[in-house]
Amino acid sequence: MSKPILDAKIPPGPLAHKWTSYKATSKLVNPANKRRYEIIVVGSGLAGGSAAAVFGEQGYNVKCFCYQDSPRRAHSIAAQGGINAAKNYQNDGDSVARLFHDTIKGGDFRSREANVYRLAEVSNSIIDQCVAQGVPFAREYGGMLANRSFGGAQVSRTFYARGQTGQQLLLGVYSELSRQIAAGTVKMHPRTEMLDLVIVDGHAKGIVVRDMVTGEIASHAADAVVLATGGYGNAFYLSTNAAGCNVTATYRAYRRGALFANPCYTQIHPTCIPVSGSYQSKLTLMSESLRNDGRVWVPKKKEDCGKNPADIPEEARDYYLERKYPSYGNLAPRDISSRSAKEVCDEGRGVGPGGLGVYMDFSDAINRLGEATIRERYGNLFEMYENITGENAYKTPMRIFPAVHYTMGGLWVDYGLMSNVPGLFVIGEANFSDHGANRLGASALMQGLADGYFVLPYTIGNYLAPLRGTRPDVGRPEFKQTEAEVRDRIQRLLSVKGDRTVDSFHREIGLLLWDACGMARTKEGLEKAIKRFDEIREEFWKNVRVAGDNEELNQSLEKAGRVADFIDFGQLMCRDALNRNESCGGHFRSEYQTPEGEAQRNDDDYFYVAAWQHTGDGNVPEMIKEPLHYETVQLATRSYK
Amino acid sequence: MNFHLKVWRQENGQSGGQFRDYEARDIPAEASFLEMLDIVNEGLVLRGEEPVAFDHDCREGICGMCSLTINGIPHGKGRGTTCQLYMRKFSDGDTIYIEPFRVGAFPVVKDLVVNRTAFDRIISAGGFISERCGAAQDANDTPIGKTVADYAMDAAACIGCGACAAACPNGSAMLFVAGKVGHLGLLPQGKPEAGRRVRGMVAKMDDEGFGNCSNFYECEAVCPAGVPAAFIAKMNRDYAMASVSNAVEATA
Ligand SMILES: Cc1cc2nc3c(=O)[nH]c(=O)nc-3n(C[C@H](O)[C@H](O)[C@H](O)COP(=O)(O)OP(=O)(O)OC[C@H]3O[C@@H](n4cnc5c(N)ncnc54)[C@H](O)[C@@H]3O)c2cc1C
Ligand code: FES
Repeated sequence: MSKPILDAKIPPGPLAHKWTSYKATSKLVNPANKRRYEIIVVGSGLAGGSAAAVFGEQGYNVKCFCYQDSPRRAHSIAAQGGINAAKNYQNDGDSVARLFHDTIKGGDFRSREANVYRLAEVSNSIIDQCVAQGVPFAREYGGMLANRSFGGAQVSRTFYARGQTGQQLLLGVYSELSRQIAAGTVKMHPRTEMLDLVIVDGHAKGIVVRDMVTGEIASHAADAVVLATGGYGNAFYLSTNAAGCNVTATYRAYRRGALFANPCYTQIHPTCIPVSGSYQSKLTLMSESLRNDGRVWVPKKKEDCGKNPADIPEEARDYYLERKYPSYGNLAPRDISSRSAKEVCDEGRGVGPGGLGVYMDFSDAINRLGEATIRERYGNLFEMYENITGENAYKTPMRIFPAVHYTMGGLWVDYGLMSNVPGLFVIGEANFSDHGANRLGASALMQGLADGYFVLPYTIGNYLAPLRGTRPDVGRPEFKQTEAEVRDRIQRLLSVKGDRTVDSFHREIGLLLWDACGMARTKEGLEKAIKRFDEIREEFWKNVRVAGDNEELNQSLEKAGRVADFIDFGQLMCRDALNRNESCGGHFRSEYQTPEGEAQRNDDDYFYVAAWQHTGDGNVPEMIKEPLHYETVQLATRSYK
Repeated sequence: MNFHLKVWRQENGQSGGQFRDYEARDIPAEASFLEMLDIVNEGLVLRGEEPVAFDHDCREGICGMCSLTINGIPHGKGRGTTCQLYMRKFSDGDTIYIEPFRVGAFPVVKDLVVNRTAFDRIISAGGFISERCGAAQDANDTPIGKTVADYAMDAAACIGCGACAAACPNGSAMLFVAGKVGHLGLLPQGKPEAGRRVRGMVAKMDDEGFGNCSNFYECEAVCPAGVPAAFIAKMNRDYAMASVSNAVEATA
């Protein structure tokens, strides 16, 4: 039997008209009927918060869930650098077509053309919307909006609010959400964690959650479920994600039949503060925007690595990005910049503790523009750097190193952002659709808001309209059964009472993934890791120690559930990386590189999305392909030279 | 480094609490305050004791989740959040008192975790601009001077942690409220609702049981986002104006 092939349900017609014609022909739910529908939105970040607010505004009944104490704290808050849009306010030749093309190329030709085009198309409305809700973007003296450049683009199309763009965008979303909460259309459930998805007659009709204060396990039913639960970068333990970021919501949905697409596509951000010790719990990003003014270098000679950087003369420095990629220089895309940093460190030319660091030097920019200008642009980042490292980057170059930052993979969705499970929608970083094998800077915020404000509110009607508000009741056996399974799993976690902490397991799989499925991957390493995951899983369930009980606020228990899922999911990442016998974007298989050490794609055999289907715990999952088709873009070797 | 910790332990919102002694041993100077607590907690778990519950998430000073009172000061000495406090700022052998944020309107949930949903309710009472998604004009249609935009950003930088209220002898949330009122009120988009906003938010603040401002300015001193207390004075003016115009509207 030949394997099924996935249909993304891309609308017909020329690329530039697809979205317009889709909207014109989508089904509508009559305004008076909307209040008969209930929509569950899990996540209150840019994606979930904006979707929940718009659904509320449209008249639906919404239940929104987040694990933090307030929706305002979703990890979107931490985005520093900015958000892209094709406004062309700088008159530097930008357009929807160019933003589209940059994003497809940035993704190393592994994303879906129609989705990316739509993203570029709605990008401008996002900026309008944000300004209208009071987002204080940076401005020029004349009162117009200011822009900066990000990697992988030769135009200045990034809008920003100091180094706190994500915060300001999220607070905008949160204010809209708060307005709807006041209006009674959205009911917010903070400190509530989704632990499973409920399927009724093949459709996603609800979730099972745990109240993180009382431990109560409860079900919620709805006409549709939207997952906006962010990325899974914390699988690596050390990442720029927040402590609570998890794969649980999406992994549980995967276990219930949703396909997981391209899990091996992860982004390692080139400019983070290097690791300093094993006690460390997270890595801090230094925004890519710094690369507008910072020049990246290492000493040419190994012997110089221990010296004070000020004592290393200009001619003894290797500005390797400028040397290798003269047209993009320090703004080469993330995957390329990260790999280059790894290369120079592998050559023994890294700086700082363990030789795992490169310099990012602002002295030229300070000489050219003055310290005040640099302070105005990046003051909070320099402050953060000094606080963490104790070094003053106005005086001495920053030390930076790549760190796990973003996950391009996610639950598979069609053009309408619905997964293969009817009624289950997935938006924001949690889905896989727009960034291919590598995401360009400032494009995740754009995607989260595009999905939540301007795409899902249109597409969800096609699913909801025919239903007429006939959702099942939480008393149904499907809900009771799922609740029982959730309770059982919690009991199992609590009753192991072994002698290893949850964190020790998390650190172990983090290192395993970083080595086998990080910046460079090999067949051999991945095969070993896949085996190792079986052993770790076994040990976890025999020897983990979880403190306390279920019926209380129990952070040890919360973490244990998440780490258990990361163990299963980490193995899936490795399987996906092993399947893809090519290098593309963030997925670099050492066996597949050009003589210059660049990623070597294999379009003949791997021009597809790999979507994984769960076949039972402990079984090898099945891979289903969504072949990619490009109507307008020519496949080319990605060059930033 | 080694530290003696005196940590507030409280089972839940209904129970009482007390300080308990813990030793933090072999802590690297580069560790953050929360990483120090992680190390202590791992030890507690292995000894079969309940780890100390504390709120945290981003661990980079922006989400506003972390909320410890350290030696009597919300977020500890120096500007910044708890998660951005590093152990090298302490001396070996120090005794450190760790408590939750102490504000009547933020009841303790467990140990060092408090319930700050009162802040969310204050925002729901007017901390927004009512506009419909998709109805906006082009973003550059209304120019906003750089100085105004920058000043609005100073206020908008608030991370909603609640340290202001925890530092205030009256448990007042004025800086939090004034930040939002100032941010939105300065921008042309926020002006139409300015009066409603300030009236609604202030009323809600009182309703939630936060105290009044009597100009101690402890709030400004501990604010990790550096929101200037000048916004409080601005809000007082806005509030007075809004109350007057409300009275006029009501009689008109
Ligand atoms: C440090 C950093 C800097 C970044 N800078 C930029 C930038 O400058 N530009 C850019 O474009 N992108 C940037 N990104 C990426 C971007 O911020 C994220 O991809 C994006 O904000 C994700 O938004 P989201 O809404 O999908 O998820 P999130 O904002 O992560 O929200 C996830 C939500 O889901 C909830 N949730 C998760 N799991 C559960 C569960 N099991 N149960 C209940 N609720 C759950 C959480 O509570 C939260 O509300 C950055 C990312 C990081 C980490
Ligand atoms: S944990 Fe986010 S601000 Fe401290």
